[in-house]
Amino acid sequence: MFNQLLPYLLAGVSVGGQYALIAVGYTMVYGILRLINFAHGDVFTAAGFFMVYLMASMPLGVAAPLVILLTVALGFTLERVAYKPLRQAPRMSVMISAIGASYLLQNLMWYVTGGLAKQYPVLPLLSDSVQIGAASTKVVTLVTPVLTVLLVVALQLLIKHTKIGMAMRAVSVDFETSQLMGIKINSVISTTFIIGSALAAVGSMLYFTNYSTVTPTVGAMPGLKAFVAAVFGGIGSIPGAVIGAFIIGICENLIKAAGYTAFSDAFTFALLILVLLFRPTGLFGEKTAEKV
Amino acid sequence: MSLLYIDDLRVSYGGIEAIKGISITVEKGEIVTLIGANGAGKSTTLRAISGLVPLKSGTITYDGSVISGQSPQKIVSEGICMVPEGRRVFPNLTVQENLRIGAYLRKDDIQPDIDHVYQLFPRLKERSWQLAGTLSGGEQQMLAVGRALMMRPKLLMMDEPSLGLAPLVIRDIFKIIQTLHEEGITILLVEQNANAALRIADSAYVLETGSLGMHGTGKELLDDPRVKEAYLGKARE
Ligand SMILES: Nc1ncnc2c1ncn2[C@@H]1O[C@H](COP(=O)(O)OP(=O)(O)O)[C@@H](O)[C@H]1O
Ligand SMILES: [Mg+2]
Repeated sequence: MFNQLLPYLLAGVSVGGQYALIAVGYTMVYGILRLINFAHGDVFTAAGFFMVYLMASMPLGVAAPLVILLTVALGFTLERVAYKPLRQAPRMSVMISAIGASYLLQNLMWYVTGGLAKQYPVLPLLSDSVQIGAASTKVVTLVTPVLTVLLVVALQLLIKHTKIGMAMRAVSVDFETSQLMGIKINSVISTTFIIGSALAAVGSMLYFTNYSTVTPTVGAMPGLKAFVAAVFGGIGSIPGAVIGAFIIGICENLIKAAGYTAFSDAFTFALLILVLLFRPTGLFGEKTAEKV
Repeated sequence: MSLLYIDDLRVSYGGIEAIKGISITVEKGEIVTLIGANGAGKSTTLRAISGLVPLKSGTITYDGSVISGQSPQKIVSEGICMVPEGRRVFPNLTVQENLRIGAYLRKDDIQPDIDHVYQLFPRLKERSWQLAGTLSGGEQQMLAVGRALMMRPKLLMMDEPSLGLAPLVIRDIFKIIQTLHEEGITILLVEQNANAALRIADSAYVLETGSLGMHGTGKELLDDPRVKEAYLGKARE
């Protein structure tokens, strides 16, 4: 029994970690701007393409940091161009700008790639096979949850114990008073996008190593799942998003193990509806989601 | 030379002019109070000085240089700190973090300043590790004052510090204001609680729907029958 379930559990924990790395970006941006950054999934996809193009001409050791750098630059630019000019605008306008940014990125990627699916490069080490008990899997399956937990713990330490982390917490509740403290709101918001994009870049390397092809819309599904994870965990809460992501990843794969593969995506979205209906603040969400 | 000089200040929100050309002088070492009814524009005046709202026209001069048009960061770093209306402590930060964030722009050792605030407000010291959101209204007001002191302000602006507090707590707050004044901090105090404010003020201005009304020493206004009628609730005694 356990031996049969093991590969599914491993896959679940691994996918969960990948969702978690994307979900943190959603939840952090929501925590500060009360904005659902619809373009986050497309930033994740772009990170996939960056790797495709970079690995064509350089080794992983150079390409991987460059992918992170480029993705961060993209996330930063996205915020400066699509969101910053709307800081005083009604929330609905920012939301529409986010949707526009998402389509813009997707269409840019169609344009650049010609719409053809690109083969994701085989990343040395990560793509190697290992044997766990009776199950055989890729190294990435084991690396993902460990790396995810390490990165999230580091992020939590940053938020709880550094000056910029304290500023992020302050800005998340009160822009104006934060300004009175001398905090530059825009740099704090940029920092949030930088961190979210960097984690999405790492997530993309782990994700595409398992899924092997990149298309301009491939990020939509993991992006949506990560978004559900963030809502399920309580949007705005980082530990919530991570726990939500692992729960969703594991449940999806257990559903596959039970033979209902066709329903694994439906499960996630049914979960979203249930959470929104019965516990809109999610597992760890703030009780008062409205900003003063 | 005065510490702060506001010259013909105008501020508007959208098309509506909230401040219609006011001039105010704050001398170094004084307590200056700005009284007026709800909606008169008191908070808007302080927010304009802090750089939170843009001026429509006019200039604000501080310590000999024009600060209007500067960013809030720059203005705080010059030593103008604000205790905002409604306290606005960061509820999700601890008491100590609220103090630390008050010194956000400082690079030197802030421990002596934290100790100083705890000495002024021993209640805060006991609650150092508590989240600010769990404090009582009076404690939050003390924390908001303490937080503003962390930048070692030359000019401390307080927006209705007595709002919504019990009489005993209000008395403590006004005592603290006087203590800070004795320490040499210049204070610009906005109050609806005109009585208490005028008692401790060296100089006072009355603001009426965006324009200046009477002006004089605290005592003069306290004795003025028009002020009594409109702001002290002592009409026709
Ligand atoms: N953010 C804002 N947007 C539009 N109008 C505002 C805003 N803030 C204040 N006002 C208006 O400006 C006027 C002065 O308000 P305010 O400065 O808060 O008065 P006070 O502090 O004396 O009660 C009021 O008529 C108020 O409605
Ligand atoms: Mg006010």
